[in-house]
Amino acid sequence: MSRLGVAALAILVAVGALALAGPFLWTIPPEATDPAHGLAGLSAAHPLGTDELGRDVLSRLLHGSRVTLLVGVAAMLAALIIGVVVGAIAGYSGGWLDAVLMRFTDAMLAVPAFFFILVVITVSGTGLATLVLVIGGLSWMPVARVVYGETLRWKTAEFVIAATSLGVPARRLLASHILPQAIPSLVVSATLGVAFAILTESALSYLGLGVQPPIPSWGNMLQRAQQYVFTAPALAIYPGLAITVVVLAFNFLGDGLRDALDPRRRR
Amino acid sequence: MVVFASALTFFFVNLAPGGPASVMRFDVSAEQREALIHRMGLDRPVPERYVEWLAAAVRGDLGSSLLTDEPVAQRIGERLPNTLALAGSALLLSVGAGIPIGVVQALRRGRAVDHVLSLLSAVGLAVPVFWLGIVLILVFAVSLHVLPSAGVTGVASDSLGDRLAHLVLPAVALATTILPTIVRFVRSSTIEVLDEDYIRTATSKGLSPRTVITRHALRNALIPVVSAIGALVPRLLGGTVVTEAVFGWPGMGRLALEAAQGRDYPLVTGLTVVVAAIAVAASLAVDLAYTRIDPRIRLT
Repeated sequence: MSRLGVAALAILVAVGALALAGPFLWTIPPEATDPAHGLAGLSAAHPLGTDELGRDVLSRLLHGSRVTLLVGVAAMLAALIIGVVVGAIAGYSGGWLDAVLMRFTDAMLAVPAFFFILVVITVSGTGLATLVLVIGGLSWMPVARVVYGETLRWKTAEFVIAATSLGVPARRLLASHILPQAIPSLVVSATLGVAFAILTESALSYLGLGVQPPIPSWGNMLQRAQQYVFTAPALAIYPGLAITVVVLAFNFLGDGLRDALDPRRRR
Repeated sequence: MVVFASALTFFFVNLAPGGPASVMRFDVSAEQREALIHRMGLDRPVPERYVEWLAAAVRGDLGSSLLTDEPVAQRIGERLPNTLALAGSALLLSVGAGIPIGVVQALRRGRAVDHVLSLLSAVGLAVPVFWLGIVLILVFAVSLHVLPSAGVTGVASDSLGDRLAHLVLPAVALATTILPTIVRFVRSSTIEVLDEDYIRTATSKGLSPRTVITRHALRNALIPVVSAIGALVPRLLGGTVVTEAVFGWPGMGRLALEAAQGRDYPLVTGLTVVVAAIAVAASLAVDLAYTRIDPRIRLT
């Protein structure tokens, strides 16, 4: 893998370790308010200062990273499951089912997703599970296309035809012969999918439609920070920087994996 | 496409648990509730109501808002020009900047300029729009005091210059949602074209590099870029929600946000349909542009 990809992986491992261990090492609770010391600057007690309610910014960043990463990975898994099922069924069955499913996929790609997310949230309200399902439910289309392409490509391969003639049922044929061929592309899609999910989650949380206070997430930390942009601009910087670095790392890792796993794309 | 989007939205809104009937206030009696449900037609089957809604929508009637009772079409109409101005200028900006940047990268492939610009577009893809918006406000409105941070016009003034000044920051922020993708497309497509035989022919004919690039390379390189831009329009429209929220821009995105927060079903449905219609219109425009720049695929 490229040096950039390795560096991205290293950053992600570090961020993951901080998300896991950080809250144990830095023990100020993220909800503890201290209105007398609101909007404080950098100090030994609060290395990144405090927000408008006197909550410790470092602690909120560490706890927020857990929420943000969890939602990102869970939403990616949801998208992966939907995409694999739709793509595999469409590619393997062919005929009208193929036509219906892939037309549906194309149509979903052309719907401005963010407006549709608003529709779903209008109906279902906010909540972590809803958030994961909404983001997953609107980002599975690229996965479906990848799996569809791979299924079409491999279902006429000789080893698959051999397995078919041995009487292997379709479900097992897909699971143990065709889908493993798609794993390299799926790893790449999954990595890029986490980046997309984190960006979407933080945008929704910023708008007040995602992760709800008092649970901190990088997105909803920015929601309040904008009000204090004139008095405490630093508040707005850290969470955004954290989102950018993590998303950038996932994108670089995805690109790096793609080049490493697919020799044809190597230049 | 528009019908698909409207059906998807309509059925989702009406079939999901917690649909329109459940938002009604709790302080009404059971009979009042029944009467209200009947008046709104919520006791009839969803497909029947959808057909009725669609028939009305074709005539330009999208129902009325649950919160303000104003016609949905009118509320959207008030906001539409603002969103079109914002999305249109962001599109112009990203195409106007994206093509030259991509071409420069292709011509300097593998050099320092190329690497720096590639890194910048990677960062551009990773930065959340709303955060970029906040940072732009910090730099240009709070620190430098050169540009206004919110709204469409100033309190006292309403000149064209003032409107343009208000447009700059939101348009720049929104443009970054699609600019990096356009740059990448232009770069790879130009690199591909530069390797073609007819470029070597044109060069060996003694044409100046400028003529070769503008007349021979670009014309062919931009064809796939045009269709990529068409595919980016839904993303651009989605980005308006966040951008309008950051900059207090009174457009459809903010209206959608208010509708979502107030659980205003007819409004949210109407907005999604209108946005889908804009996306479809944009992709039609792209198809038409296609036949103009590439005579090989002219239809009929």
